Amino acid sequence: MVSLTINGRVVQANKGEMLLSVTRREGIDIPALCHHDAVEPFGACRLCMVEITKAEWDGWTNYVAACLYPVEDGLIVQTHSSKVNELRRTVLDLLLARCPNSPEIRQLAAEYGVTQTAYEEIPDADNCILCGLCTRVCERLGFKAISTVGRGHDKVVAPPLKEAPPDCVGCLSCAQVCPTNVIQYEDEGNKRTIWNKSFELIACKECGKQTITRDFAEALSSQRNIPEDYFELCDECHRRELSVKMGSIVSWSREAAS
Amino acid sequence: MRIETPQQLTRLRKDCLARFNRHPQKIHVCCGPGCLANGAQKVSDELKKVIKKKRLKGFSVDALKETGCHGFCEQGPLVVVEPAGTFYTRVKVKDVEEIIDKTIRRKEVLERLLFTDPQTGEKIENYRDIPFYARQQRIALRNIGQISQCDIDEYIAVDGYQALAKALKKMSPQDVIDEVTTSGLRGRGGAGFPAGRKWSTCARADDSPHYVICNGDEGDPGAFMDRAIMEGDPHSVIEGMIIAAYAVGAHEGYIYVREEYPLAVVNLQKAIEQAHEYGLLGDGILSSDFSFDVHVSRGGGAFVCGESSALMKSIAGEVGEPRAKYVRSVLKGLHDKPTVLNNVESYANVPVIIDKGGKWFSAIGTKKSTGAKAFSLVGKVRNTGLIEVPMGTTLREIIYDIGGGIQNDRPFKAVQTGGPSGGCLPESKLDLPVDFDTLTEAGSMMGSGGMIVLDDHTCVVDLAKYFLAFLVDESCGKCVPCREGLYQLYGLAVAISEGRGTEADLDKMEKLSDTIVISSLCGLGKSGPNPFLSTIRYFRDEYLAHIRDKKCPAGVCRELIRYEVDPQKCDGCMACITACAQNAITGKKKEVHTIDQDACDKCGACLAVCKRDAILVL
Repeated sequence: MVSLTINGRVVQANKGEMLLSVTRREGIDIPALCHHDAVEPFGACRLCMVEITKAEWDGWTNYVAACLYPVEDGLIVQTHSSKVNELRRTVLDLLLARCPNSPEIRQLAAEYGVTQTAYEEIPDADNCILCGLCTRVCERLGFKAISTVGRGHDKVVAPPLKEAPPDCVGCLSCAQVCPTNVIQYEDEGNKRTIWNKSFELIACKECGKQTITRDFAEALSSQRNIPEDYFELCDECHRRELSVKMGSIVSWSREAAS
Repeated sequence: MRIETPQQLTRLRKDCLARFNRHPQKIHVCCGPGCLANGAQKVSDELKKVIKKKRLKGFSVDALKETGCHGFCEQGPLVVVEPAGTFYTRVKVKDVEEIIDKTIRRKEVLERLLFTDPQTGEKIENYRDIPFYARQQRIALRNIGQISQCDIDEYIAVDGYQALAKALKKMSPQDVIDEVTTSGLRGRGGAGFPAGRKWSTCARADDSPHYVICNGDEGDPGAFMDRAIMEGDPHSVIEGMIIAAYAVGAHEGYIYVREEYPLAVVNLQKAIEQAHEYGLLGDGILSSDFSFDVHVSRGGGAFVCGESSALMKSIAGEVGEPRAKYVRSVLKGLHDKPTVLNNVESYANVPVIIDKGGKWFSAIGTKKSTGAKAFSLVGKVRNTGLIEVPMGTTLREIIYDIGGGIQNDRPFKAVQTGGPSGGCLPESKLDLPVDFDTLTEAGSMMGSGGMIVLDDHTCVVDLAKYFLAFLVDESCGKCVPCREGLYQLYGLAVAISEGRGTEADLDKMEKLSDTIVISSLCGLGKSGPNPFLSTIRYFRDEYLAHIRDKKCPAGVCRELIRYEVDPQKCDGCMACITACAQNAITGKKKEVHTIDQDACDKCGACLAVCKRDAILVL
């Protein structure tokens, strides 16, 4: 265990833990748009910058991204100093210029006092802030169907050659982690469309409700060694089946006892 | 043929040296990129042809060496006749026969091909007496121009691989690290981190395997030091890397070469093959139990891959994006393993340090920046080229003594050092000694050694705009301050250059720069605003002239200038009329011409062709 001071309060943390996970555990609200517990920290949005110092640094301070900074014994952290807030305000101002129409960015910027960007709004902007969560989650799941393409200001998230991605299984993880809700998809009947690719949705054998896509089911059963017919039922019907089984076990054991 | 022992290497060196000096005279043709572009290959081919044809006694084509960059690119193609050092400039195919007939056969000097000192007007025969060379001290560049580009025997003849033999035979890995630490060698890539400390941390790291990497992704506009070394003396880099690998316990290394250097890739690969053949790479080098191999990895054309963590990702086959380095790459580098990464010039210095000792090296230069540093001296300076000077040499000495001053005797305005991430230093800083810390304190940086000299025809707003555009283009786009911040900063600079800027914009730019510097993820972003910050620091008045007076004092920013004909000077030669692509200039022969301001697109073609100085930039 290491001991550090955050906003004047001494807290304990595990060695090797990142600063952001400690502040979150302590209930301190630090914005972090590119962070998700399911994937490795990335350090792209720079909103979780905090001010750090140590007693032996002779008053010297540094600014670091909390999501990537491993805690150290004796670290003194300020999560909302005036300089830190100013940095966040400027970064949010820049994001607002990039995504002037994103409700999520507008709200967060407003929390830091920015209601109108001081910079030139980007023409034809979509709401993507290039946090890379979608591509990282996709990679983490083993599909790597989408990636960032290009660099700098022209960078975009896209499938290979910007065509329907051959490796996409339609799991929707990318759409679900997107902090600004940019990735659109459509479920209609037994058809799902995302990234310009159509998928068949499996209907539950029992209740008929749509579950996951056929491609995702096949990928999961081969990746994780799950029997293929497992995906024939929806989660609810699985639970019902399980409870019936449990019930019969209970009644069987009662009978056996008597 | 495999060299089994250091003794065999010593014997081989004797043979190589005898062969190297077999001819009483040698001809060196510079085949660096500048000379090649000016036709050096044709000159060399012609020399071979003529030598064969003439069948001179004691002279054969073997006495002709196609060397790496000799440095004085301005004067190329260069041909040097050794051992006299007779230095022929701007040699053409038609000069070849005479060089052989007179200089080789009769030891006569061809006056017309000699370099003329612009200060004294005198012809100088031996290049060692030309101020451009006389004031240099070549350590990393020691062999370039002296030996054939890719010949291991010639490298061995000039003491190549002796340092490796010494390290393997007489020194422990710790001894090697101590020697490098004593030398005070600091990373030549720009950051100036002490190499000895880096090597020592890597050597002590528990995790394995360890890697060594050479950063040859030299991307700064106008910089070509590492290119010259990789093309002209690849063995010095490889030897340095083998020694580093021995010191830190690595068995595998990579040289990452930028995409735009195909000849460097070819020469390095050739050199690696030659070293393998001699058993200087591979298993059991010189009969020791140390094994090491090195691979060439080609970049894909992204500037950001010169950043160490992005470079390592690129080698591993991932997208070249930097990561935060709160855990340093010397502990978690390539494939998350301990990795020593140094640049080309740093490795090229290593064999000399081992050979002559760390104390010898540390006596050169200044206390905190030891040794010498290679610079590519370009821009509006008379003698453009590749130089190496002891650290601590002043900017004035470099620009005026070695560089020969400003072209056409125009006033000096600034010198841009350190590439796009560096900064501009004005006249008042010319007497600063060039070393890592002084340049950083002055608001620029040494960087990898690009040095661009600017005269009064350069506009600093335009310059900042140029470098910011470069960085906007080359930012990887991962983190918000660099991707969005530099884009906005560039937009504001454009507005000022077009006369749309306000003084409030300057404040905005300074505040934005502060955020970009503090909160960007990697060095590219953290130093990204430097082109603006250093110019506003020293040339605020010029920015204000653009904003308040809507004028560009240097006469560069198109939206703020107009071209007019000076009726006193115009002699009606019609040259500008012919040159104008917009047909904006009218007038008859021997009558004063006029420029139609509405049609003029301010391309400057008239200014360039006018021999009477009659085009005014207002």
